[in-house]
Amino acid sequence: MNARPRANGAADVMLDVKNLRAYYVMQYFGTQREVRAVDDISLQVGRNEIYGLAGESSSGKTTFIKTIAAAIRPPLTVIGGSIRYSFLDRDIYKLDRVALSAIRWRYLSYIPQGSMNVLNPVRRVRESFIDFALPHMGLPKQQFFAAIIAHLERLQLTPGVLDAYPHELSGGMRQRIAIALATVCRPDFIIADEPTTALDVVVQKSVLELIREAQREIGSSMIFVTHDMAVHANISDRLGIMYAGRLVEEAPTAEIFRSPKHPYTQHLIASLPRIGDLSAKRALTGAPPSLAEPPSGCRFHPRCPLAMDICRETHPELVSIDPRHRVACHAVSPAVGPDRVFAAAAKQRTGLVQ
Amino acid sequence: MMKTVRDLFRYNLEFALGAILILIVFGFAAASFFSPYPPMDSYVVAPDVPPSWAYPFGTNSRGQDVFWQLTLAIRNSLLFGLSVALMSRILSLLIGLVAGYAGGITDRILMTINDTFVVIPLFPILVLFFFMMRDNMSWPMLAVAMASLGWPYDARLIRSVALSLRTREFTAMSVFSGMSTRQILVEEHLPYVLPIVFSTTLNNMNWSIGLEVTLSVIGFTNIETPTIGTMIYWANQHTAMVAGVWWWILFPVVLVIMTFLGLYLLSVSMNEYIDPRSRLTRMGGQA
Amino acid sequence: MRTYALYLVRRFAQFILVVFIGINIAYLITHLTPVDPVEQAISSVTMFGQSSPEMVEVMRKTLRELYGLEGSAWEQYVSFWRRMATGDFGPSLSAFPTPVSTLIWQALPWTLGLLVSSTLIAWIVGNFLGGLAGYYRKNSLLKALGILAMSLQPIPYYIVAFILLVVFGFLWPVLPISGGAEMNIDRQGFAFAASIVKHSILPALSLVLVGLGAWFIGMRSLVSNIVTEDYVTYAELGGVDRRRILFSYVMRNALSPQLTGLALSLGAIFNGAIITEFVFGYPGMGTLLVRAVNAGDYSLVLGITSVSIIAVASAILVIDIIYPLLDPRVARS
Repeated sequence: MNARPRANGAADVMLDVKNLRAYYVMQYFGTQREVRAVDDISLQVGRNEIYGLAGESSSGKTTFIKTIAAAIRPPLTVIGGSIRYSFLDRDIYKLDRVALSAIRWRYLSYIPQGSMNVLNPVRRVRESFIDFALPHMGLPKQQFFAAIIAHLERLQLTPGVLDAYPHELSGGMRQRIAIALATVCRPDFIIADEPTTALDVVVQKSVLELIREAQREIGSSMIFVTHDMAVHANISDRLGIMYAGRLVEEAPTAEIFRSPKHPYTQHLIASLPRIGDLSAKRALTGAPPSLAEPPSGCRFHPRCPLAMDICRETHPELVSIDPRHRVACHAVSPAVGPDRVFAAAAKQRTGLVQ
Repeated sequence: MMKTVRDLFRYNLEFALGAILILIVFGFAAASFFSPYPPMDSYVVAPDVPPSWAYPFGTNSRGQDVFWQLTLAIRNSLLFGLSVALMSRILSLLIGLVAGYAGGITDRILMTINDTFVVIPLFPILVLFFFMMRDNMSWPMLAVAMASLGWPYDARLIRSVALSLRTREFTAMSVFSGMSTRQILVEEHLPYVLPIVFSTTLNNMNWSIGLEVTLSVIGFTNIETPTIGTMIYWANQHTAMVAGVWWWILFPVVLVIMTFLGLYLLSVSMNEYIDPRSRLTRMGGQA
Repeated sequence: MRTYALYLVRRFAQFILVVFIGINIAYLITHLTPVDPVEQAISSVTMFGQSSPEMVEVMRKTLRELYGLEGSAWEQYVSFWRRMATGDFGPSLSAFPTPVSTLIWQALPWTLGLLVSSTLIAWIVGNFLGGLAGYYRKNSLLKALGILAMSLQPIPYYIVAFILLVVFGFLWPVLPISGGAEMNIDRQGFAFAASIVKHSILPALSLVLVGLGAWFIGMRSLVSNIVTEDYVTYAELGGVDRRRILFSYVMRNALSPQLTGLALSLGAIFNGAIITEFVFGYPGMGTLLVRAVNAGDYSLVLGITSVSIIAVASAILVIDIIYPLLDPRVARS
């Protein structure tokens, strides 16, 4: 068994990602292409914490969570770095297939985006529960269904949904079922991939409350991904901002909203609608960069209002500006010391950062 | 264009194989123009001679040189397939584009008729046609009959492309800028539809040549026109297999299989090339 | 339930339309072509020996009546449809006075037996192997099967049947290459059944080989698209048993388009069965059709064509009726 006993709470870090790189490596008609969707990301998620991950589409956040969930398929490939969960005694990519499916749902589960196609269209919901949860719960069928029904009721779902086909349910219902499915085995860690994006605003709110409640009740940790800053304000304890495959800022949610440091984060916060705020919203110029040919230096510099010469040449390291706040920006981190900037530049010259 | 063909050759095995097969087959057909004998005359050479240097594919029981007869037969078969394919393209393009573009009730009616034509068993109908025509049956007439029955499958494909084009932005632009429906169809949509038309042409040729072979070997066509089918027909009439004149059967069968495989492989690689998904990833987007 | 009924009504309307258009094409061919079947039959009779002009006139009149070619165009059309509806195609000329319908009834079970068994085998085996090949893309055995399927798929039925005939008739004669069963055998009991099976092996094999390739390739490409669907990715993330994912998630969802494909290609498969029967002298509709054409038997040719259209349309209707069992979404939309 590769999973550690749960009681062993040696560290309060549930997930520790170090220098993770995951690229799409494609070969078509003889030319090789690399899309650097996740480029050198390090972060930690603590016990009982909801870690929010924000960024516009194609910022690599979906690729990131696919990678930490060990759910990648070629052409996506892990190039380097490590992913350690507290319930595992080794890197998740060191597990074989059998061991990996054994820890899924019991320890590591996943709430997908509430699209039409998350549940098998030709299987009843009951069968989905059997497929996903029964092998991990190890209960006889009768007790198993008693547990399922109790769980559904906690999430305000009637047992009747078990006999429905996915197409007979509304989007909100399907999303609740997906949440019920993801939490029924009381996993240690939950990855939520834009679980509210496909829903309308009213349903969104109740689904968010549901997720929060479920997370508190089973006491698990969570990575919650959405591009919607308003949703993050409601649910996330700590927030990481991704831009073009890199983590550019990370801090407790309240801190990020109060004093965003990175120009990109500042833009995200400033573009949020606020009651009583009548000022015109300013759009960011330019488009998100191509991850196949990212800009040199800081990937944000072509769109950055504060761009300097160094931004075009050297990519800024993510550095701590206080114990719980990290940011990657030349305009901000000189406060930490210019020698760090030079060190980064030197590192790049020696080819560590290609 | 040339670069695309070169890339396809280098990196797509199906395309390379298909192209080589088709080149051989077409080369064979072209050789028919240099035939030393009038192709239909019998007893111009000694009958039943096995393959040799003088007669690479041997001679048949009617005193014809199998090699030179085969060149003419494959030329006729290809020409037949091409004419059926071209004629039925007109129908399938017309119906597919109109249905996809007009949408609504027109689309529903056209597609219902279309689906009906897809499932009707054509072979008995073509046999009935031959039965009624008998000696009046000619090669062009069979081509017309098959073209008027062989359009529906591809019409549906073309319609689905037109349907997706209709909802694109530039269609709305063209409508606002005052282009006529005909203009929009011909100038805006045709370039998108043409690659698919090309690959369906190859498939349709396969279908029509196959059906012609089938009708001919039973003798349900004009058996005096040399095609691959009628060659096998005459070989069977002279019980070539029993008589041991195997080369009369073997070479036409091998050549026609090369034709089918070649056309099929070309259309497969073409589809792969056209497919928007693989095209997108090729251009570097994230599929 | 109401939606299912509505679906059935729509499918039934399509069935009627297929029969209607198909039979009308047959009518047009028989009535618009310049050749008069009556004159043709007469000339083939008078060719051998003398016939008095009176006799010819009587014959002409009888044949016109027999073929339903009396009266105005509209009357002929109505009588044409009446013959279809009652299944009465008149007596066969070549096997006079046996009615055409009797001949067809004798041939139909052979064709149906051959067609149903070979189509089912080809569809099931082709889909199963194709599904595996789409899911386990790197397996070299399945890759080899794929190449085999790709080279079989474009070859017409006739050529495959002919090659099998040559191989098993001349090069390695181990199987019967002609007929439906041995002649001098009791028409009941195990020996007869065994003989039927033995005689059907080659015709069935040629139908299966061609069909198998097409289903294999279709299923493989369907599966390689379905594995990227959200519900498959999600099931993989959920640690759902791999075999369960392959069968209940991937293949199960590919089955409904393949069933639609089966319905759409039944016409073509029927064509293949007819020609294969002819190659192997199998006593079904195909052999009967060729014989009828060669004997100049107008009623029989027309009867076989019409029955073929109705048979294929009915088979499609059967598939349409069971389709919702496979795909719960159909009854709703």
